[in-house]
Amino acid sequence: MKFIRNTLDKYKHHFEKGGKLERYFYIWEANDTFLFAPKQTTASKGVQIRDAIDLKRLMITVIISMIPCLLFGIWNVGHQHYIATGELNVEFWPKILFGLKLTIPIIIVSYAVGLGTEFIFSVIRQHPINEGYLVTGMLIPLVMPPGIPLWQVALATIFAVVIGKEAFGGTGMNVLNVALTARAFLYFAYPSQMSGDVWTYLDDKTPVDGFSGATPLSVAAESVGPEANGQSVVANLNSFGQGWGDGMYEFMNIFFGFIPGSIGETSTLMVIIGAMILIATGVGSWKIIVSVFAGAYVMGTFTNWIASNEYMAMPAEYHLVIGGLAFGAVFMATDPVTAAQTERGKWIYGFLIGMLTVMIRVFNPAYPEGIMLAILLMNVFAPLIDYFVVGANKKRRLKRATV
Amino acid sequence: MSHIIKLKKGFDIKLAGKANKNLGHANQPETFAFKPPNFYGLERPKLLVNVGDNVKAGTPILFDKAHESIKFVAPVSGELVDIIRGEKRKLLEIRILADTQIEYENFRKYSASEIANLSRQQAIDHLTNSGVWPQLVQRPYGILADPSETPKAIFISAFDSHPLAPDYDFIFDGAELYFQTGLNILKKLVEGTIHLNINVNSEFSKIFAQAEGVQLNKFKGSHPIGNVGVQIHHLDPINKGEIVWTINPFGVIQIGRLFTNGIYDSSKIIAVAGSEIETPQYYKTYQGACVDKFLENNLKNDHVRVISGNVLTGQRIEKNGYLGYFDHLVSVIPEGDYYEMFGWIKPTFEKLSFHRAIGLLSFLNKNKEYTLDTNMRGEPRPFVQTGIFEQVIPMDILPTYLLKAIMAEDYDDMEALGIYEVVEEDLALCEFVDVSKHNVQKILREGLDLIKNG
Repeated sequence: MKFIRNTLDKYKHHFEKGGKLERYFYIWEANDTFLFAPKQTTASKGVQIRDAIDLKRLMITVIISMIPCLLFGIWNVGHQHYIATGELNVEFWPKILFGLKLTIPIIIVSYAVGLGTEFIFSVIRQHPINEGYLVTGMLIPLVMPPGIPLWQVALATIFAVVIGKEAFGGTGMNVLNVALTARAFLYFAYPSQMSGDVWTYLDDKTPVDGFSGATPLSVAAESVGPEANGQSVVANLNSFGQGWGDGMYEFMNIFFGFIPGSIGETSTLMVIIGAMILIATGVGSWKIIVSVFAGAYVMGTFTNWIASNEYMAMPAEYHLVIGGLAFGAVFMATDPVTAAQTERGKWIYGFLIGMLTVMIRVFNPAYPEGIMLAILLMNVFAPLIDYFVVGANKKRRLKRATV
Repeated sequence: MSHIIKLKKGFDIKLAGKANKNLGHANQPETFAFKPPNFYGLERPKLLVNVGDNVKAGTPILFDKAHESIKFVAPVSGELVDIIRGEKRKLLEIRILADTQIEYENFRKYSASEIANLSRQQAIDHLTNSGVWPQLVQRPYGILADPSETPKAIFISAFDSHPLAPDYDFIFDGAELYFQTGLNILKKLVEGTIHLNINVNSEFSKIFAQAEGVQLNKFKGSHPIGNVGVQIHHLDPINKGEIVWTINPFGVIQIGRLFTNGIYDSSKIIAVAGSEIETPQYYKTYQGACVDKFLENNLKNDHVRVISGNVLTGQRIEKNGYLGYFDHLVSVIPEGDYYEMFGWIKPTFEKLSFHRAIGLLSFLNKNKEYTLDTNMRGEPRPFVQTGIFEQVIPMDILPTYLLKAIMAEDYDDMEALGIYEVVEEDLALCEFVDVSKHNVQKILREGLDLIKNG
C-alpha cells in the first residue's frame, strides 16, 4: 500500500502544472483518486469537517443496486437461449457461461469506449473525470438485447457520451439520461437490431417448432390491430409458448423475469431488490420510484375503464411488469441530474412518466417502447416542472411580504 | 406569551471532546487581538492608534469611515505591539500586549431610573462610543448594524446547537441582572418585539427564562435550531426592504455591564473543546485572547487544526492564534491531510455521514460521539445529488436553487429565493453534507456581497 502510494507520488510531478504530461493531469487524477482518497483538507473558513460521502461512493451504491439485475440477466440470457433451442435439460452453469460469453464483451465495450471518450474529453476540455459514467457504463449493457453487435454498442456509447453529456458540459449538466440516449440512438438508428426477434439470442441454432421471439410487450401490442385474434391480452399471454415454453408469460413468470428481453431489465423482482437498496441508502428517490409505478397503475386502470380494445383492457398490474417499466422507473427515472430536482417536482415527474408510458404503449402501437420514450420526454420537461415548483416558493415569499 | 416551535429537519453532529462544565485554570494569555475581518460591513477601517501606544480596555482603536460614529475599542489594556496586514494592506489584526491588571476607560454609569428615562438617541450614542455596538448584527447580510436604521425586531438566540457548542447557561451564569439591563437598553432601539429564543430541552434556565420585556419563544429540534436565522424565519421572516438586528446574549450582557458599571468589560468564558484536547473545559478570559495558554500541555498530539469558533462555521487559526470577536469556543480536531487507500468505498463506522450510501454506517449509531478530521472526503464536483440540502435546512428555502442563482449572478432570483433570510451559518450544514463538496458558505457570502453592493 505504501509502495503504491510512493510510486504514485514519484510520478505525480510529471502530470502537475509544468510537468511534461500536464495535459493528462485529469486522467492521472482519476486513477490516483480511485486508488486513494485524496489528502485535501477543508478550507480555513467555513466547515472544517466534511461528510464521509462523495460522488464515487454515491455512484458505486447505484452500481451495487444493479448487480442483482445483472446476475439474473446473465443467467436469463442463457436460459432463454436454451428454451428457444429446445434444450430444456441444460443446467445452471452452462446457462451462466452462455450468458457471460454474451454479456461480458458488451460490458467491456461499454466501459472501455465510454471511459475512453471521457478521458479524451477531460484532456481537451481540461475538466475532471466524473464518476457518472461508472453508472452509465453499467446501465447501457443492461438495456441492450443480448445479441447486439459490439460495434453498435460502441457507437451508441460514443453518441450518448458526446452528444448526450459532454456537449452540455459533462456530468451534472446533461438534459437527457445518458444510458437512455444510447438506447434511443440504437432504437432509431438501427431499428432492425433493436426490435422484432432480437430478445432471444439463438447463436445460429435452429429454434424449436412454433418458437416465437415476441416479448410480452409485443404479444400485448399484437392483441390489437390487424393480426389480432380477438382474445384478451391475458389469454394471449397465457397461451404463449405452447408446446415449447408453456406458461412462459403467466403473470408470476413475467414478474420473476424468466422472459426474453434486454439483458438486465426482465426481472421485476430483481429490480425491486435494487430499488430497495437505492431507497434504503437514500441514493435513489423513492418518490420518483413510487410515483412512476403509481402513474402507470392509475393510467392502466383508466384505460381498463374505457376498454375499447383488448390492450386497453389489459389488467393494470401487467403494465408494471412488462416492457422494462420497473427497470426504467428504478434506474433511469431516478437519475438525479435529469430528473426533477425539487421534492414536489419529483412526484409530478414520476407520475407523468408512468402515465405516459402506458399511454404510449396503448394508444400508439408504432412505439411499443413506452418507458424509454416517456423518461426521455419527461427529462426534457423536468426543468419546467421544477420551474413551477420553484416559482411557488418564490410566490410564497412574495405574498408574505405584501400581506 | 411563549409558544413552542418544533422543527423536524436538521442534523446534530456529535463530536468527541465536549467541554466539561468546569472552569479550568490557565495563565492569562499575554497578548490579545482585535480582528477587523470578524465584521462584515466594516469596509473602510481607519486606525486611531499606532504601534507602541498604550490603551485601556475601551479605548477606541478603530472606526469605520462609512459609519464614523461606531467605535471599535481595545478589549484589554496594555501596549499595542503589532498591526498585521494582509494583501492590499488589508487590516487583519491589531495585537495588544496586555497589562497584568486590566485598566478600564471610564464611561458614564446609569442607575435604573436613569436608564428608564434614557432616549433612543442617548442610548445609541453611548453604545457606539463605548465599543459594544458591534455586537449588534444586522440582517439581511449579517453586517454591522447601522445606527441610523430602526429594525423591525431584535432576535436573540439563547442557545447554540453547533457541534461542541458551549453551554450558555454555564458561560453566562450569574449575569442575570446585566442581561436584563441590556434588554432594557435594547428595547429603546426597536419599535417591534425583542424575541428571546430558548431551547425547550435545556434545563430550567435561570438567566433566560425570567427575562422581562421580551417575547420568549421555545424551540425544539436538531441543529441548526439554535441559529438565529432559522428562528427568525419561523417567527417573523425578513422580507425585502425589512431590517432586523440580532445579538448574542454575550452582547446583551456586555451592554448591561457598560450601563451598570461604566466600563467596557470584554471578559468572557470560553470553551476549549474537541477530540484532540486532553481536558476539554471552560476558561475565563477576554475577547480576542491568544489561545496558546489554553492549548499548552493540553493537546493530545501536534498535528491538529485549531479553530476559533465551531467546526461548521469557524475560522482556522494557528496554535498561537487569536479568538474571534464573536466566538466562545476553541475547537481542536485532527488534521486530515492523509491519503486513504480505496477510502471512497471502504465501509466505515468511524466517519460521520448524514447519508446512508453503501458503507456509510454511522446512521446505525446515532448517539456515538465522533472524532472527525479535516479531510475533504472526496473531490469537488458539479451538483449531482438532489434533495439533500432541503433535508438539513428547516426553512422554506431551496438552497440548491439559491446557490445556483448566486453562481449565475442572477440578482432577481437570489432575492426571490430568499437570500435576505440567510447568512453563512444557516447553510453551513449544506456544506457539510454536500456530495459535490461545494464551499457553500463562501458562495453564499459572494452572493450577499453581490446583492448588497449591486
